Amino acid sequence: MVTAPEVFKFAAKSLTGHRLRTGLSLLGVTIGVAAVVILTALGEGARLYVVDQFASLGTNLLIVIPGHTETTGSFGVGGVPNDLTLDDAQAIARLVPAARRVAPITLANDEVAYHERRRQVAVLGTTPEYQEARQLEIASGEFLPAEEVQRGSPVVILGTKTAMELFGSTEPVGKIVRVGGWRMRVVGVLARQGVRMGMDFDEIAIIPVATAMQLFNRTSLFRILVQAHAYSDLEIAKAEVRSLLTERHEEEDITVITQDAVLSTFDDILGALTLAVGAIAAISLSVAGIGIMNVMLVSVSERTQEIGLLKALGVGRGQILAAFLTEAALISSIGGLLGLGLGWLAVRVMVRLYPALPASPPIWAVVAALAISVGVGITFGLLPARRATRLDPVVALAGRQG
Amino acid sequence: MIQLESISRTFQVGDQPVHALVDITESIAAGEHVAIMGPSGSGKSTLLNIVGCLDRPTSGSYRLNGSDVGVLEEAELTNVRRHQIGFVFQFFHLIPRLTAAENVELPMIFAGVPRAERRQRAAAALEAVGLSARTGHHPDQLSGGERQRVALARATVMQPQILLADEPTGNLDSQSGRVILDMLDQMNDDGLTLIVVTHDPKVAHRADRIVVLVDGRIERRVRGDQIGEILAMLAEENEE
Repeated sequence: MVTAPEVFKFAAKSLTGHRLRTGLSLLGVTIGVAAVVILTALGEGARLYVVDQFASLGTNLLIVIPGHTETTGSFGVGGVPNDLTLDDAQAIARLVPAARRVAPITLANDEVAYHERRRQVAVLGTTPEYQEARQLEIASGEFLPAEEVQRGSPVVILGTKTAMELFGSTEPVGKIVRVGGWRMRVVGVLARQGVRMGMDFDEIAIIPVATAMQLFNRTSLFRILVQAHAYSDLEIAKAEVRSLLTERHEEEDITVITQDAVLSTFDDILGALTLAVGAIAAISLSVAGIGIMNVMLVSVSERTQEIGLLKALGVGRGQILAAFLTEAALISSIGGLLGLGLGWLAVRVMVRLYPALPASPPIWAVVAALAISVGVGITFGLLPARRATRLDPVVALAGRQG
Repeated sequence: MIQLESISRTFQVGDQPVHALVDITESIAAGEHVAIMGPSGSGKSTLLNIVGCLDRPTSGSYRLNGSDVGVLEEAELTNVRRHQIGFVFQFFHLIPRLTAAENVELPMIFAGVPRAERRQRAAAALEAVGLSARTGHHPDQLSGGERQRVALARATVMQPQILLADEPTGNLDSQSGRVILDMLDQMNDDGLTLIVVTHDPKVAHRADRIVVLVDGRIERRVRGDQIGEILAMLAEENEE
């Protein structure tokens, strides 16, 4: 009985004997598989990016936003809600047992200056609790000092890039800078944090909330962050905060969201995006499959004579089919592997160029791409061959196809 | 050894039936050298193909070494083609991407002959046809005569009992043709049953006997040296 290695060698020789044809089929499969890998990697990268951003929010967080969606139609924009005040924040801290930390926030863009150097940065007014709630790391100095919330001393913490741009190699801690024209002393510099929740924590200035509200001339807070004791307390805390503030404001003019709900929505959307993108890639893979079929059809019709000869020499129909099957399987699997390699390489290049996007092809996509490419290659490689092996050798030898 | 009884072969060409062979009855004994002659369209190639199990008769029976070939299944037919019959074609039918040696090895590969033995037998077969110096060449690097010799080596490497040749010198110059015919004669002397289809009297002359086909029927049977008697008849048929 003919051995598998022999059939393999015969098939391999057939492929190398028609290099252009083999090369084109290979190219089709390679591109198809690479497309699946790259596109699903992009989709997955987008999903992971968003999930990551949300994860960096810290766990167990509630966000209180002035304005209620039902009355205003969007978060905190339009309508005339009551002010979200520092007193509200303190009330939450005092009266909501499920709340572990409360950090009021106000936010604006303003200029930070040191001697002649100026930077336009986000200026965030908050309390010491903010550091823990947002898991910020200090590189030198300290975070905001513990003091009465209403007091607002003239101190500032700079983001690492801002500090670098204003001070170069000089130690910023202890120096006087001007924030929005006001003189403030630098008490700390943040470690590198990167971009979180759309805010760049490397180009930032953090000052006490009371100072900020005077500086920006505001009476209402931007947000109040509430950190619950445990994940299981989250829903309770949400309900308690909402009822407390509704009572204080005498109407429900605030919105309380958990990071979870937003996160899972994004996860769903981007999961669907990845699937859609994968479907597009699958189409390109099918085109590759049709390409293989085309090439195999041509190959079989050109090799009808050879098939007739093989039959005349006493090669069995099953053996001939096995040879063609091996050819098709070789093209699909080599093409598939090349496509994987090419796709992986392209993804690595993308990650290099855009490190913020954690592009990586999901396992299911890789397996599916390989399975489809091999399956398609074998199916479309085999079907034309079956027809040819049924012919009488004489017909085949004459080059006729029945 | 070969017994044909009332063999007929009809083809459908468009909607017209073509009767390539009509009621052929003939026996060929082991070791004979038979030539099949006839004008074009007489059915000689068709008859050869049926004897070689490359084609099936529409009716009639073909017994090879006592067994009825017509009832054999595909796998058994494959076996017959592999071990009992060797075929040499007018247009050589070598596989262009394989070397001479690889072409000769081809039937052995699919018969499961191990590599070392294959190489050795192929080398021996090519030596027997005088091509030891060309074993690594591809068909496009060989002359017509050399290609046919490779085909001959391939046809005999499995040591069949019968060798069928369809116009073996049809594509060769007379010098190369002579070489091939000498080799065929030699093999026949060694015991190989030889059936040659030809229109060339110089080829037919070498046979023990000649069977003449006209319009699908056996018209005459003569001895090889009686070739002269039928030449006139064949010339007439060709003019018609």
